[in-house]
Amino acid sequence: MSVTRYHSQLRQSAAERRAETHPLTWRLRDDGARIGLDEYVGKDGYAAVREVLNRQSPDDVIATMKEANVRGRGGAGFSAGMKWSLTMKGGSIPRGYLVCNADEMEPGTFKDRLLLEQQPHLLIEGMILGAYANHSRYGYIFLRGEYVEAARAVQQALDEARAAGWLGDDIAGSGFDFDIALHTGAGRYICGEETALISSLEGKRANPRAKPPFPGQSGAWGKPTVVNNVETFCNAPAVMAHGAKWYQDLSGELSNDGGTKLFGVSGKVERTGLWELPIGTPASELLERAGGLRDGRALKTWLPGGGSTGFLLPEHLDSALDFDTIGKLGSRLGTGLLTVVNEDQSVLSLVRNLEQFFARESCGWCTPCRDGLPWTVKILQALERGEGEHGDVELLDKLADDLGPGKTFCAHAPGAAMPLQSALKYFRDEFERGVTHPPRTAHADPIPVGQV
Amino acid sequence: MNDTARTIARDGFVIEPEDRRAIEHERDHYEQPQAACIEALKIVQRRHGWVPDAAIPAIAEVLGVGPADVEGVATFYSLIFRQPVGRHVILVCDSSSCFLNDYEELRDALSAELGIGFGQTTADGRFTLLPVCCLGACDRGPALMIDDCTYGPVAPGDVADLLEGFS
Repeated sequence: MSVTRYHSQLRQSAAERRAETHPLTWRLRDDGARIGLDEYVGKDGYAAVREVLNRQSPDDVIATMKEANVRGRGGAGFSAGMKWSLTMKGGSIPRGYLVCNADEMEPGTFKDRLLLEQQPHLLIEGMILGAYANHSRYGYIFLRGEYVEAARAVQQALDEARAAGWLGDDIAGSGFDFDIALHTGAGRYICGEETALISSLEGKRANPRAKPPFPGQSGAWGKPTVVNNVETFCNAPAVMAHGAKWYQDLSGELSNDGGTKLFGVSGKVERTGLWELPIGTPASELLERAGGLRDGRALKTWLPGGGSTGFLLPEHLDSALDFDTIGKLGSRLGTGLLTVVNEDQSVLSLVRNLEQFFARESCGWCTPCRDGLPWTVKILQALERGEGEHGDVELLDKLADDLGPGKTFCAHAPGAAMPLQSALKYFRDEFERGVTHPPRTAHADPIPVGQV
Repeated sequence: MNDTARTIARDGFVIEPEDRRAIEHERDHYEQPQAACIEALKIVQRRHGWVPDAAIPAIAEVLGVGPADVEGVATFYSLIFRQPVGRHVILVCDSSSCFLNDYEELRDALSAELGIGFGQTTADGRFTLLPVCCLGACDRGPALMIDDCTYGPVAPGDVADLLEGFS
């Protein structure tokens, strides 16, 4: 059979990866097999846990994470050390929860899958460090239901770690106790939103919650709860083992953000894939590693980090892929996995596809999102058919604005607005070409919602 | 009427003892039993292929929560099926990277091969076709999942061969 099963794969061979320069992936094998406990421990695994739990205070961990400036790899880029410092802990405050967001569903993103399937012990080690810093009693790995292979790998690793005393009571003779359960989801992109994830973990509909109170104050079952992405936790062991300065030096002059990042490229390029590179690596280098575009086509535009980031142009390719630089260009680094669009592909159609995704995945809690997104899709479909009417493009401007930050409980609608707004800015002619009717003649009827 | 429907019509919905134990085991992982709701639905679905209406109060009873809470959850999540599905469920990734890799041609090829669209089941009960959020296989798109396995890239011409392996 010509179709092959999908297996996560890193594009760098083991020979290219070293402990000092590739903290996330240096242990990974070329054959892609899961790194078991013995191999992990044999390659310095759990050394950071042993060292930190026995010799450092939780505040030391937070200080180091802050100084290293490990920014959240789930897409928001919030400092993990800062987040951990804001968790309510100590005194009469009950010990709460530490949750790993492994609900990877951002369109164009396939990085956490690699870490989950091939090196789950690195995640577990990072979570133990996070739990120690945050005084967490119990941990959950919230894994999307479709990641069946990752579920097997994580469960196996949890069992191994528990049997070897890395989870449970008195971890590494430190007196600290912490355990982790695997929680698998049942679909819905919105579960990746921090507060919706907590609702889902509690066995409810995945509606987001108002902030404040922040999860660090009152999260799962009203207890202090810390939620971090898979890759964020996976950074912690090396930061704690080698220190903040070493982590900062990984990116050197390239960026003020520290460390490396799992970057990737998808779309019609010669070699799609994943690479661990210093954060701040220019997009052009990534595209070069991907061998450029297929069939000699030219680059039209690209999304820097998933469906909820803004489009950028070929002229932005030399920019450093870090949170601040991409933010200043009006987009977001997001997950750092590039989606590449070639000159033959329609941005209007791609935006329609993205907005269909966001409309379907809206949890329906907030009006702008629930009603605005299907409306947006209807207009985009009309423009795509060449049946738009005068005023449609301006209406899209207004919808993008109404979906923007501050108008809904969570970042789902603003995430949907970003590719729309940037596409309207850079590729407005594609939208305007679809306008063929005078005002209020093409689709004057109320647009039925819920049919997108 | 399939076997499950007949059993329910005759006896009401009964959660198998083994499934009940599995649900109770999951329940102990959390501070409150409601948290095991999604897992309980998945356990019932694994046995029956889908979650019939009559299963909702039965699950609620095991967890000690209201049926409306279970129903609310059961209707929210896309991987909980509330009507019978085929023996194999095909989840076709329709997100941006697969879209840019001609996912629509793959979708059309699947529809043509099976004679069904999204949300439908083949007359012989072999396949159900559904769209799914980004499968995280963007480097090998267009991708799809059949049961527990992800495949990619799947060219329209591969569809007949690929489906042949599922009875």
